[in-house]
Amino acid sequence: MNIHEYQAKDLFRQYGVRTLEGVVASNPEEAAGACKNLGGNIWVVKAQVHAGGRGKGGGIVLCRSADEVYEAASNLIGKKLITPQTTSDGVEVRKVYVEEGCNISREFYLGIVLDREKELPVMMASIEGGVEIEEVAHKNPEKILKAHVDPITGLGDWQAREIAFGLGLEGNQIKNCIKFMKLLYNLFVNLDCSIVEINPLVVSSDNEIIALDAKINFDSSGLFRHKEIEELRDTNEEEPLETRANEVGLNYIKLDGEIGCMVNGAGLAMATMDIIKLHGGEPANFLDVGGGADSKQVAEGFKVILSDPEVKAIFVNIFGGIMRCDFIAEGIIEAAKEIDMKIPLVVRLAGTNVELGKKMLSESGLDLIAAEDMDDGARKAITAIGGKT
Amino acid sequence: MSIWLDSNSKIVVQGITGKNGQFHTEQMLDYGSKVIGGVTPGKGGQETLGLPIWDTMSEAVDAGANVSCVFVPPPFAADAIMEAADSGVDLVVGITEGIPALDMVKVKKYLNSKDTRLIGPNCPGIITPGESKVGIMPGHIHRRGNVGVISRSGTLTYEAVNQVTEKGLGQSTCIGIGGDPVNGTDFIDCLEAFEKDNDTKSIIMIGEIGGSAEETASEYIEEYISKPVVGFIAGRTAPPGKRMGHAGAIISGGKGTASEKMKAMKRAGIHVTENPAELGKTLEEIL
Repeated sequence: MNIHEYQAKDLFRQYGVRTLEGVVASNPEEAAGACKNLGGNIWVVKAQVHAGGRGKGGGIVLCRSADEVYEAASNLIGKKLITPQTTSDGVEVRKVYVEEGCNISREFYLGIVLDREKELPVMMASIEGGVEIEEVAHKNPEKILKAHVDPITGLGDWQAREIAFGLGLEGNQIKNCIKFMKLLYNLFVNLDCSIVEINPLVVSSDNEIIALDAKINFDSSGLFRHKEIEELRDTNEEEPLETRANEVGLNYIKLDGEIGCMVNGAGLAMATMDIIKLHGGEPANFLDVGGGADSKQVAEGFKVILSDPEVKAIFVNIFGGIMRCDFIAEGIIEAAKEIDMKIPLVVRLAGTNVELGKKMLSESGLDLIAAEDMDDGARKAITAIGGKT
Repeated sequence: MSIWLDSNSKIVVQGITGKNGQFHTEQMLDYGSKVIGGVTPGKGGQETLGLPIWDTMSEAVDAGANVSCVFVPPPFAADAIMEAADSGVDLVVGITEGIPALDMVKVKKYLNSKDTRLIGPNCPGIITPGESKVGIMPGHIHRRGNVGVISRSGTLTYEAVNQVTEKGLGQSTCIGIGGDPVNGTDFIDCLEAFEKDNDTKSIIMIGEIGGSAEETASEYIEEYISKPVVGFIAGRTAPPGKRMGHAGAIISGGKGTASEKMKAMKRAGIHVTENPAELGKTLEEIL
């Protein structure tokens, strides 16, 4: 789960991680008013969207007066921001963050992620502040300083020190940086983060280490113990169909194709999308109805798929493991009765009680296309909408 | 022969009194697995399905258990796995989905000091057809034979197993290593064991997007595995940055794509099929 920069900075402050003062604003008046509260004579207005690359999309504006802040905010709020990480349509900006200015002497990158290969959290730093870390990793991997952290001991002083020296810090900067990194690591672990990224991290002219940006991504599996974090979720940033599916306990991801897929199990669901593509079709979605899908979930699944106007046919691919195929067949029949299905429905059932399941479907009088296996199903779904396989 | 699990394995189910634990214990018993009891703290001394319940894993081990199957809900699952390892069982199979990744980081660290093998979490389990199953896979699609199956997925593994069985072939042992970013047994552990196992003549390996386990395993196969391997990677059509059901199935920072993984597998001499419906056929063709 992602959150906005202003929310991440609130969390930073709670953990003692140094940030600049800022005010979140939903309209230009609030934004301009923030200047007075913040003081100073320079401010930065930042679009609050989850997508990265905001600077490149014009979402970060340096202002020298309250009027400029007002203007910057009115140019952003309610408008679509297009960045290298959004679609070509962009995302709507609903809030801006007005932040005090800062005298920067140096810029770095600092992040913590879970290294899946080593199965440990890793702190990464680079002198290439402001550049995407993936790019640095690709072009100059030697410029990335790394410290893998033992989950029992936490980030050691010596590890933080090594990074601080590696970044070329000196004097008080080193002490401040060690403190900063240790607090940031505490936040990462205590809040079950999967990514914490500060790009850029800056050294101010008075040797303070300050997070100029803040990005946090949380491990969804850890959210059950952080209700306060769950409340930070902004559904405006999500695909509406995904939010809706999520509410009824379905794992759904919207794609751009025409063939809706309903599958049990994540691996098989991906494989189903792949086989549609392999035969020349385009999958409209990923949908895992779960290993133990019942008729209610099947019905919800159909509703979500059909809410996507691009969908021209549906391919149901179920491998009944513990879940019996006759239960699934019942679910399909119930759901089809409830929903007025106007597009071709291809059904492939396999596994436990498959014969009974197939019999129930054929006797139901439902207008559906039965498939022998997943290959057959994918082909039939494609030809049903006039495609060639 | 088989790997890690056979008809002599004595199984204890952690979380046996929960809905899933209860249901799948019955299924395991039906299949012929030797489940000797369960652990639910606070319910020790009671019985369920005619089996004893213990409060702790050490009591279960005293009663003879050497394999544990974990159905404990996510908030308590990491602790349950560590309890199992501490009790000295040889094998822990973690079925639970949704254990926080940082909990698993600690579990892995803890397991380093123990001899216990962990399979999963977030996996269907392990089955040696005709002998024993520990997990949630449908037993009846399996058939005794010589194909070793390793996969990060659940139902996609059943799909592969079913294709193998329909070709008149069978499986030596099938292992779901799970869909989480941090898990116990990995592809290489399974490959190494299958290479040593005389009854395994060929291997099916099913990976998916996210991480680099398939790439590392491919390098290992090229160097150490003499048996033919058929491979598939799920998620060629998955968009980057989205978690595809499994916690570990995500392309991040351009890394972990299906095409990268398939390329690595092909380079290692693995018989990669791009069609998940042709795993059985591909295997048949090379045998």
